[in-house]
Amino acid sequence: MIPAAFEYVRAGSADEAISMIGEHGDEAKFLAGGHSLIPLMKLRLAQPTVLVDIGRVNDLSYIRDGGDHVAIGALTRHMDVENSELLRSEVPLLAHAASHVGDPQVRHRGTLGGTIAHADPASDLPATTLALGATYVAQGPNGTREIAAADFYEGFLESALAPDEMLTEIRVPKMDGAGWSFQKFNRRAQDWAIVGVAAWRRNGDSAVALVNMGSVPVLATSVSSALSSGASIDDAAEQAAAEAEPQADLNASVEYRTHLAKVLVKRALTEASG
Amino acid sequence: MEISVTINGVTHTGDVEPRTLLVHYIREHVGLTGTNIGCDTSSCGACSVHLDGEAVKSCTVLAVQADGHELTTIEGLAAEDGTLHPMQQAFMDNHALQCGYCTPGMVMAATSLLQENPSPTEDDVRIGLEGNLCRCTGYHNIVQAVLAAAK
Repeated sequence: MIPAAFEYVRAGSADEAISMIGEHGDEAKFLAGGHSLIPLMKLRLAQPTVLVDIGRVNDLSYIRDGGDHVAIGALTRHMDVENSELLRSEVPLLAHAASHVGDPQVRHRGTLGGTIAHADPASDLPATTLALGATYVAQGPNGTREIAAADFYEGFLESALAPDEMLTEIRVPKMDGAGWSFQKFNRRAQDWAIVGVAAWRRNGDSAVALVNMGSVPVLATSVSSALSSGASIDDAAEQAAAEAEPQADLNASVEYRTHLAKVLVKRALTEASG
Repeated sequence: MEISVTINGVTHTGDVEPRTLLVHYIREHVGLTGTNIGCDTSSCGACSVHLDGEAVKSCTVLAVQADGHELTTIEGLAAEDGTLHPMQQAFMDNHALQCGYCTPGMVMAATSLLQENPSPTEDDVRIGLEGNLCRCTGYHNIVQAVLAAAK
């Protein structure tokens, strides 16, 4: 399978990338690691006429201590997120979830910014950063703005990014010793989650986000509300799908996904409370 | 677009269409056919090569993305005198192939794995090779071979 023909341009900096995408209009797409976009282009589900390659904008690949948060450059690869000592100690849920993306070859190429901008509800890290209350930084022709993860996902593969905006940084609050868990249920090792759960708990506080339980990553706020009003893990987990609108596909019916979400949320909360 | 890619120590310069996949560039433009195309959907790992020393699936990389970078393919592992790379030898010694179709990709993924984790446990090897499928299901001996090569 070969993608449809396109024009290829290469950006040396974020500024240059934004001006290139502005020049080429709506049919242009950014190419980072390419591990979401190239498969779609091969299937001709995406046919951009111009690709702006940002894969060489090396100054957007970093993981820095920002005080109360860790700042991650959008072009940081999954493998570097997984192996970061800073993330392993301060945001272990994200480092761990990154180790579950695809397989090692995919993690050598795929980037954190790429998977978030792609906004696939079945991907692991959009939901994980949502659970962590991350802030995304987008740069456009008129400067930068911050977008809360909770406001970012608007629909299937649709985000709050304008066509001429580029995701440049992901800021993830430090977990401050919170208990956490990442549950991913699939039939084959490298597959997307049929359902996944990213969760953390600290004192009375908690957050639970669901992978592949609707057209966007889902924050299961009813579970957290139940926990904070004193419900048991079993009772709170019964609320797992309250905010979700799961779809049926070859892997699972709506009923099965709903059941799975409850089981996995229960496991996640138990592990996060241990 | 003109690109220049160093493959197994030799620099190749030539024109490609931007949509040319790296695996097609390696096989059809450069003529190195040891890298196989399997699923063509970044699942099976048969097309694994090293890009700047790390295993990648060359069906999901554009040739233009490799411009200016270094590749190693299965042809580049053995020494010039034909002495097999320790991983290739370990695959032979442990009968780690049946039909052989997945083997070049398995060997490239396994060498990348050992570079990142020189002393893996059996579980590390099984998880580390999750991106490579063997349709003969000959995984047991493949894992044994990687563990033997690690020694």
